[in-house]
Amino acid sequence: MKIFKAIRTIWETDPRKDPNPLAYAILGLGAILYPIYAQISTGGQGDFLISVLADAGVYILLAIGLNVVVGFAGLLDLGYAAFFAIGAYTYAFLASDHLVVTPIGEPVHLPFWIVLFVGLFVAAAFGLILGAPTLRLRGDYLAIVTLGFGEIVPRVFKNLVVWTSGVNGISALDKPVLPVWLNGPWSGDPLEIVQSFKIISPMAFYVVIVLLLGACVVLVNNLRQSRVGRAWMAVREDEVAAAAMGVNTTRIKLLAFAIGASFSGFAGAFYGAKLSLVSPENFGFTVSITILVMIVLGGMGNIPGVIIGSLLIYAITFLFLPALPPLAEEWATNIGLGGLLAVNGDWPGIGQEVQRLKFLIFGMILVMTMLLRPQGLIPSRVRQQELTKGVHEDQTLEDVTAETTA
Amino acid sequence: MTVTPAPAPAATDYILRIDHVTKRFGGLVAVDDVSFDVKRGEVFALIGPNGAGKTTLFNSITGIFPPTDGHVVFEGRDIAGSKPHQAAALGIARTFQNIRLFEYMSALDNVRLGQHCRTHAKLWDSLFKTPYERHEERAITERAMELLRFVGIEQRSEEYARNLAYGQQRRLEIARALATKPHLLLLDEPAAGFTPQEKVELMRLVDKILAEGITVFLIEHDMKVVMGISRNIAVLDHGELIALGPPETIRRDQRVIEAYLGKGA
Repeated sequence: MKIFKAIRTIWETDPRKDPNPLAYAILGLGAILYPIYAQISTGGQGDFLISVLADAGVYILLAIGLNVVVGFAGLLDLGYAAFFAIGAYTYAFLASDHLVVTPIGEPVHLPFWIVLFVGLFVAAAFGLILGAPTLRLRGDYLAIVTLGFGEIVPRVFKNLVVWTSGVNGISALDKPVLPVWLNGPWSGDPLEIVQSFKIISPMAFYVVIVLLLGACVVLVNNLRQSRVGRAWMAVREDEVAAAAMGVNTTRIKLLAFAIGASFSGFAGAFYGAKLSLVSPENFGFTVSITILVMIVLGGMGNIPGVIIGSLLIYAITFLFLPALPPLAEEWATNIGLGGLLAVNGDWPGIGQEVQRLKFLIFGMILVMTMLLRPQGLIPSRVRQQELTKGVHEDQTLEDVTAETTA
Repeated sequence: MTVTPAPAPAATDYILRIDHVTKRFGGLVAVDDVSFDVKRGEVFALIGPNGAGKTTLFNSITGIFPPTDGHVVFEGRDIAGSKPHQAAALGIARTFQNIRLFEYMSALDNVRLGQHCRTHAKLWDSLFKTPYERHEERAITERAMELLRFVGIEQRSEEYARNLAYGQQRRLEIARALATKPHLLLLDEPAAGFTPQEKVELMRLVDKILAEGITVFLIEHDMKVVMGISRNIAVLDHGELIALGPPETIRRDQRVIEAYLGKGA
C-alpha cells in the first residue's frame, strides 16, 4: 500500500515546485539498475564499477550525517572526518587480530553488525565530548574548534603507535558475515540459500550500503519533520527566540552534533570493513572539506540534493580527475600534438602537466557550479528563498507603491 | 511609591514579584534596585523613556540576562538566574521589541515550535514515527491552527513568517508565545508601528488573552493603549522606578511628567 502511495506522490507532484519525490524515484531506480548496467556494459566484469559506487555510498552516508549538523542545525563543523576515523578505528580494534600486538595481547572479533552500532555510539560519545564544551561558541569559533579536533584525531591515531601501528595503519580487518544470503545467477552461482555468508564481493557490499542508505534517509527525514527537527531549524534561525520559546538550545545543538557524529561513526565502521584497512591518511582535512562541498553543492538541508551532490563530487574527484591525464595524452596524440607527450626541458609532458593542474580544474568546476546554481543542485525551499531575498524585497516594495498610488 | 513588602511567596494573588532587582553592564546600571508586583489576572504596563531599562528588565525576568542582584519571584519561586528555556517551561512567554520570528519557517511551524516545551516525543519516537509521535504531532498542528485563528491570521498559515505583513508578524509572535501555554505573557512594545485601527484590534486581542486567564505584562509607548488597558503601571527612568500605581495616579505624577517632558514642563 505504502509503495502505491509513494508512486502516486511522485506522479502527482510537480517537479518544478517540489523536485524531491522525483529525485527519490530516480535515485531509487538508479540504485537498482546500476549494477545490472555495470555488469552488462562490461560483459560481466562490472565488479570494479559496483565497488566504486559502494565507496561513494560511504560518502553519501557521511554527507547525510553532516547535513544534519550543518544543514539542519546550522552548526559549521569542519572536523567531521574525525568521527569517521573514530568509527573506522573502532571497527579495526574490535574486528581484527590487531589487538594482539597492542598491550591487550588478545584479538577481538566482534560481528560486523554489532561493531557497526558500537562505532555509531563511540562516535556519538566523542561528538558529545567535543560538543559539550564548545557548542556555546557561535559560528566561526565553532568552525575553528572543530577544525582543530579534525586535525587532532588523525594525528593521535598516527602517533599512538603502540595501539594503532601509526602510519602503517591496521589491516586484515574482518569481513562482515550475513547469517543467510541468497546466491544466484547475479553472483555467478546456481540459485541457493547459503548460511553464514561472508560479504566479500563488491555486489554484496553494494546491497548492504544501499539498504543502509535507504534506512538512513527515512530516519533523517522523520527527524527533520519532528519536534526535534523543528527545534534545529529554530536554533538555526534565531537562537535567542528559540530559547525564549522553551527550546534548550545547548541540548538540541548537542543532539545534532551527536547524531551527525554517529552517522560518521557508522560510515567509518562500514568503510573499515569494506576496505579491510584503516590508516590515518584516510581521514585528513580534505575529507571533511570534500563532504562539506558535497552538501553545499548538492543543496544544503535537502537530502536528495545532498545525495546527488555527493555522487557528483565523488565522481569528479575519484573518477573524472584521475582519468584526465591519460585522456589529455590521448587527445594530444589524436590531434597531432604527440610531441607534447614527451618531457622537454621544463615541460613535464602533457600527462604530468594535467596531473599537476588537477585541483585547479576541480576548483574551477566548483566555482562554475556555485556561480550558475548558488542554491545547490536540488536546494531546500529555505535556501532557495534566502538567495532570492533581494527579489522578494523588491516585489513587496512594488506592491506597496502600487497600493499607495492606486 | 515604594512597594510595601507583602507577606512572602505564599501570596498567590501576585504572579510575579520583582524584588530589588539590579542589572549592571560593567559600570552602567541599566536597572537600579527596582521592586514591584504584578497581580494575577491583570494587565500590568511598564513605561518609561527610551533607554530606561524596560527591555533589560524583561530580559532579566526571562533569563536572557540574569539580574546582577535581587530576586525575580514567579508563582512563589525565585527564578532569578534560570535559563530562558526554564523560564518558558515554568510559564513565562514573551514577544520581542524588534520581532524575532523564525523567518524561514512557516507561520504554522513557528507556532508549532512554541509548543516544544509542552510536548514529550523522545528522539526514538521522532526517528521511528511511533504512534505516540504521530498522535502528538497531530495535536500540535491542531492547536497551532487554533492559535493562528485566535490571533486572526489562520489564512496565512503556510506562508513563511518573513512574508507576512508587519502587523501579522506581531500577531504571529503573540500566537507563538501563547503556544508555550504561559501563565504570564510579556509583550515588548506590541503596538509599535501600528495604525490606530490596529491598536484597537490589539487591545481587543489583549482582552481575549486575559479572558483565557493569562496575566499580561507589557512594555508600551503608546499612552492611549497603556491607559486604556492596564490596571497598574510602573514607570522606569534611568533604570529607577519613579512611579507605580493605577493609570489615574500615574497620569498626574509630577516625576513622570518630568521624565517624559523634561523639567519645567
